[in-house]
Amino acid sequence: MKKLSILFTAMLALMVVSCNKPKEAAAPAEEPKQVEKTVSVTMVTDVGGVNDQSFNQSAWEGLQKAKADFGIDVSYKESKQNADYAPNMEIALDSDNDLIWGIGFMMADAIMEAAQNNPDQKYAIIDNAYENTPENVVGVVFEAEQCSYLVGYIAGRMTQTGKVGFIGGIEFFLIQEFEYGFKAGVKQAGADIEVLSQYAESFSDAAKGKSIANSMYQQGADIIFHAAGGVGNGLIEAAKEQGKWAIGVDRDQSSLAPENVLTSAMKRVDNGIYNLSKDLADGKFPGGKTVSYGLAENGVGIAPTSSKHVPADILAEVEKLEEMIIDGAFVVPNTAETVEAYTPVEL
Amino acid sequence: MSEKKKLTDSPVWITMISISFGLIFGAIILLIIGYNPLTAFTVILKGIFSKPKYISWTVIYATPIILTGLSVAFAFKTGLFNIGAEGQYIVGAITAALAGYFISLPPILHIPLVLILSIGAGAFWGSISGYLKAKYEVNEVISTIMLNWVALYLNNFIVLHDKVKREGSEATNKVLDSAQLIFANTWKTSEAGISWRKVHPFFGDILRTPANGGFLIAVGAAIVVLIILNKTTLGYSLKAVGINREAAEFGGINVPSNIVSAMAISGGLAGLAGAVQVLGFTREASALAASEGYGFEGITVALIGANNPIGCVLAGLLYGAMKYGGSKIQPAIGAPYEIISIIMGMIVLFISMPKLIKTLKLKKKEDK
Repeated sequence: MKKLSILFTAMLALMVVSCNKPKEAAAPAEEPKQVEKTVSVTMVTDVGGVNDQSFNQSAWEGLQKAKADFGIDVSYKESKQNADYAPNMEIALDSDNDLIWGIGFMMADAIMEAAQNNPDQKYAIIDNAYENTPENVVGVVFEAEQCSYLVGYIAGRMTQTGKVGFIGGIEFFLIQEFEYGFKAGVKQAGADIEVLSQYAESFSDAAKGKSIANSMYQQGADIIFHAAGGVGNGLIEAAKEQGKWAIGVDRDQSSLAPENVLTSAMKRVDNGIYNLSKDLADGKFPGGKTVSYGLAENGVGIAPTSSKHVPADILAEVEKLEEMIIDGAFVVPNTAETVEAYTPVEL
Repeated sequence: MSEKKKLTDSPVWITMISISFGLIFGAIILLIIGYNPLTAFTVILKGIFSKPKYISWTVIYATPIILTGLSVAFAFKTGLFNIGAEGQYIVGAITAALAGYFISLPPILHIPLVLILSIGAGAFWGSISGYLKAKYEVNEVISTIMLNWVALYLNNFIVLHDKVKREGSEATNKVLDSAQLIFANTWKTSEAGISWRKVHPFFGDILRTPANGGFLIAVGAAIVVLIILNKTTLGYSLKAVGINREAAEFGGINVPSNIVSAMAISGGLAGLAGAVQVLGFTREASALAASEGYGFEGITVALIGANNPIGCVLAGLLYGAMKYGGSKIQPAIGAPYEIISIIMGMIVLFISMPKLIKTLKLKKKEDK
């Protein structure tokens, strides 16, 4: 027991010694509101967590950039389970923030409920458009079909076998936009190119992504695009092993397999977060609206590393398509019917 | 002196020591990564106790894991290792979400019916493993792990079905008001409720959270488990099989049927956990990208609670408090939330090495 008590004392001593900044201990919940304090923004992640290599991480990067550029206070709170959303909203509310972000449509209900209970608190949500947005909420959506269209066009132009693939996470409208945008882009490149399409029913099962990818490559596809979060890591691994092409999503995924990632369809959650946080700091918070970020607002796009593998003439065509979309020359399809009805535009 | 010796030998003592070790270990890690552990623990304690609603959230967090803890503990008592509480929880939750929405009855009938159906679903899921073990000697550790995945994908299949899915979401429809367990759910947002809440700040604050009857059900379940294990023939034979299978068989106990019942009861408790979570808090079952972990947390709770039902209630409250209060250190001081998982893991590690703690004690005697 003597050893034990020595250990105890040593620990306690260590803790006390390290406790040279006791003022920090004040609980943020009880802090009196200061007049003219810096703008503070917090975000609540979905169950992916802040290091998900995907949109939660991108969101946090956006907030950090906002902090660096115009000195707002930023923090985040991770959700581990679906049941954490509501209490996390409450915790974010207690810590006295000017704006609370919910990252991902999964938090739509929690944000709505919190916003109705606390009409004086500002909220914003990524990837969700409410039918009736309360005055203190902003929905931020991305026109993912636009970047998917561009990578679809690249895939269609570069395929040697006349077959390309799409792997989705769980099948619902947000992911279907990627699928239909991609299909339309392929159609633009050549009407007779076949698109194999499959959903993994998961955003995390990389092994399943790999087996789907392998089977698609076996069926003759040589380029596969994914919109499936962690499932896509399996695709990229399969592409590496088989020496085929993969197309990344959300962030520039080229670093995962520089020789096999052809390009990436980027959804710039960071830009969305950054821009809206800036609006907030400038006092121009667009409450009660859904803000949509597309190619024109730099909310989506293709990865800057694309030029490494994609020939310059194809990239020039992509640029032209991009300009046409921004000018409104045509609307990128995002449903099965509109893809069916889509007729390739003159370049 | 003899009494004191008894105290220090008891599992309660070992648990207390292990919890302290776990906290100290967590403090060391916090120090190493550059955060002040005292600040962190202050934030956690304030985050649990400083407002009535925080206490309410703690209880809400604790409720499902108390029940999954009971489930695992019950199986342990009968010599089985139920890793499948996760899957049994999932089938219980989806059953509750379906029965709570598609059946309409007055509350007095609806709630018990949903609870019974969920217990039944969990019991069925558990008894599959029990049957495989009794009949074909399939190790329950393997079969329950496998069934967790079956439950997960079955859940997603059902939730994403067109007739079940709520439009524009990845979840089922919310259960009807007649099936939910939340205290005064409709009244508290009515005008009368809002003005009452202003006059009664304490209860008003609690009512900001989905405070619900789930905790009472969990405590009730703990008492029922205690009675089954200690006061009934069934409990006696279940424990006898757990302690020594051959001896129990020799004593005339039907071992296979006991294994099936043990897994069914264990599964039923985990199914009840799922039902209570749905009826009392989430009011829906959602498509899961991965396991939510309530069943696995139940294993921790059972180990910390020394497989004792009352111990499980206390351990569940501890875990719930750490989960809820611990999550506040991230926004407050920037320390990673994972520290809580490390602390809980270390507590379990110390509990599973009681010999180490006893050795430390023996040393003390020698020192004297």
